Amino acid sequence: MGYKQYILVCGGTACESNQGIALFSALKKAVEENGLVNDVQVVRTGCLGFCEKGPIVKILPQDTFYVEVKPEDAAVIVKEHIIKGRVVSRLLYDKNQSKINVGIEGIDFYQKQFRIVLRNCGVIDPDKIDEYIARDGYKALEKVLFEMKPQDVIDEVSKSGLRGRGGAGFPTGKKWSFAAMQPAGQKYMVCNADEGDPGAYMDRSTLEGDPHSVLEAMTIAGYAIGANMGYVYIRAEYPLAIQRLETAIGQAREYGLLGKNILGSDFSFDIELRLGAGAFVCGEETALLASIEGKRGMPTPRPPFPAVKGLWGRPTVINNVETLANIPVILLKGGLWFSKIGTATSKGTKVFALTGKINNSGLIEVPMGTTLREIIFDIGGGIRNGKAFKSAQTGGPSGGMIPPQFLDVPIDYESLAKIGSIMGSGGLIVMDEDDCIPDIAKFYLDFTVDESCGKCAPCRIGGRKLLNYLDKICKGAGSYEDIENMKEISEAMARASLCGLGQTASNPVQSSLRYFMDEYKEHIDDKKCRAGKCKSLLRYTINPEKCVGCTACARVCPVTCISGERKKPHVIDELRCIKCGQCFEVCKFNAVNRA
Amino acid sequence: MAKLTLADLRNLRDEKQKAMEKRDPSNKDAQIIVGMGTCGIAAGAKETFNAIIEELDSRGITHVLVRQTGCMGLCHSEPTVEVIVPHMPVVIYGNVNAETGKKIVNDHIVNKQLIDNHICDKPAMDIVR
Repeated sequence: MGYKQYILVCGGTACESNQGIALFSALKKAVEENGLVNDVQVVRTGCLGFCEKGPIVKILPQDTFYVEVKPEDAAVIVKEHIIKGRVVSRLLYDKNQSKINVGIEGIDFYQKQFRIVLRNCGVIDPDKIDEYIARDGYKALEKVLFEMKPQDVIDEVSKSGLRGRGGAGFPTGKKWSFAAMQPAGQKYMVCNADEGDPGAYMDRSTLEGDPHSVLEAMTIAGYAIGANMGYVYIRAEYPLAIQRLETAIGQAREYGLLGKNILGSDFSFDIELRLGAGAFVCGEETALLASIEGKRGMPTPRPPFPAVKGLWGRPTVINNVETLANIPVILLKGGLWFSKIGTATSKGTKVFALTGKINNSGLIEVPMGTTLREIIFDIGGGIRNGKAFKSAQTGGPSGGMIPPQFLDVPIDYESLAKIGSIMGSGGLIVMDEDDCIPDIAKFYLDFTVDESCGKCAPCRIGGRKLLNYLDKICKGAGSYEDIENMKEISEAMARASLCGLGQTASNPVQSSLRYFMDEYKEHIDDKKCRAGKCKSLLRYTINPEKCVGCTACARVCPVTCISGERKKPHVIDELRCIKCGQCFEVCKFNAVNRA
Repeated sequence: MAKLTLADLRNLRDEKQKAMEKRDPSNKDAQIIVGMGTCGIAAGAKETFNAIIEELDSRGITHVLVRQTGCMGLCHSEPTVEVIVPHMPVVIYGNVNAETGKKIVNDHIVNKQLIDNHICDKPAMDIVR
């Protein structure tokens, strides 16, 4: 028993609706006709991505990836590829296309993803330090401690072009060199794992899947800047990540990879966890430091920057989880290797938590410069239920909404800023035609108003004002004067807020006013919400011609505002209607109108 | 274990690397790896993990090592399970509930067949290997 080859046929919805089922049977038939039933297994798979190029066929163990395969190609694939071992080149995915973003020689693969940060996630057992070590773990630390001076380490990181993955994109090498330049004495290394954007879970997954890479990177950073103590500030809502970090720290101490005289060198470094209570503002570095010190988590003006005066007044470097997870690879493969990946100003890869109205939601890592279209349609498998793409939100509540005309913009820090969004920490929420733009803006504002610490007026008052205006618009009571006021307040908040939270809180409003003004206009002029999300603007009525009087709607109505006799048309009392939409859902005769 | 010196760390790495390459830790030649990040566990990875172990035990199969790992990134298909069997391609299965977990043991491990409708693509090449 045992097959020699496997033909995998994509069984995703997109491929199946595109003759995928016929293709599957055709391949099975071709295998039978050639007497290969005992040598070749034809298997249907889950969605393989690349739905626009479907149906997809993949041959194992050769790993050949065929696209746009038609049922009539089945015989050729079996005769040529399976029997003669010759690749059917006309069906191959265009390899040149996939190589654009990864400028590293010898790499030839059809996937859009390239994993540096997530290299060990889903590969090693996170509770076993030995498995991390087997995959070149702590090799970078070894190299750093015994072959490099602190300045060499900083130079290598600078050469790589790595920029902060928390969102702002400050060059990591520069940050380290500021702290290293401070007079010797007590310094600290802090890892920011206070991930709080709605829909973002990159850092959690990295810490859960590969905690040692972050510990190793912190130790390397400690060596580079002259710190002997590190803290991981992580939110208490991440119990599994905390548990795995604790196990990892314990194992590293036991092996002497943390603690006094690491690997017998004269460098000592230790790491402790600090748990945050889940305040969004504590992801801001000065508020985070205040929280570690036991104070209330509120930001303070910069300068002085933490690299000069940070934790307990000492020079402190704060790096995000994802930034740190890149460090061991950069030091092992060299800054030059890393700098070849990505765009002119943004190097390396970016991890995104792909969520929303998308078929294949998940954690992805792509080279900088990948377009939204590639992420959403090739990796994400397109929009759920074949609906139309409306907007993508990067950077969570601090980012902007990206409309369809920018789907082909290569993603990096600069290009996203240019179109009114930010890179952010990596949340990527996809919205479709059923989402209402003013309603989404309201959702984000609601979040930032809730999470504002209230220290500075622009954020505290401006945010609340913006939210009130949005609420008014969503209720159909908005005016164009409100829009002008919103623009002015947004501007003021962006300029005058104390920290990043307030400075970016108006981004969803500003970007949506810029790209989706037509939807605001509809809400103001026509009192209409095309997505049907703004309840106050909806009207439910029953079409007497279609209603058969089945009483289903009257029975489901929670406020009993639907009346009518059996087998006679029913009527909705619009004054009492709470617009829950249950009658609309339950009606089998399309007699309930929603407008 | 005592604190490592540089030489100890290098030896340990070599030794573990060989073990992982041979995929033969303690006379086991096949592996079933269950993704146990928060996403996987929330989708029922623990039940899957237990079902696989029970099925292996009840059939008296001892050559398969069952391991856990972090999130493979395929959150839309959690729980995910990777299966490594000699002379067969390495496969990642998605949406593996307890039932499908048992099926993996029966079809993939015992009968050396891939399972319909559950195969996912490996998301990217491995830069470490």
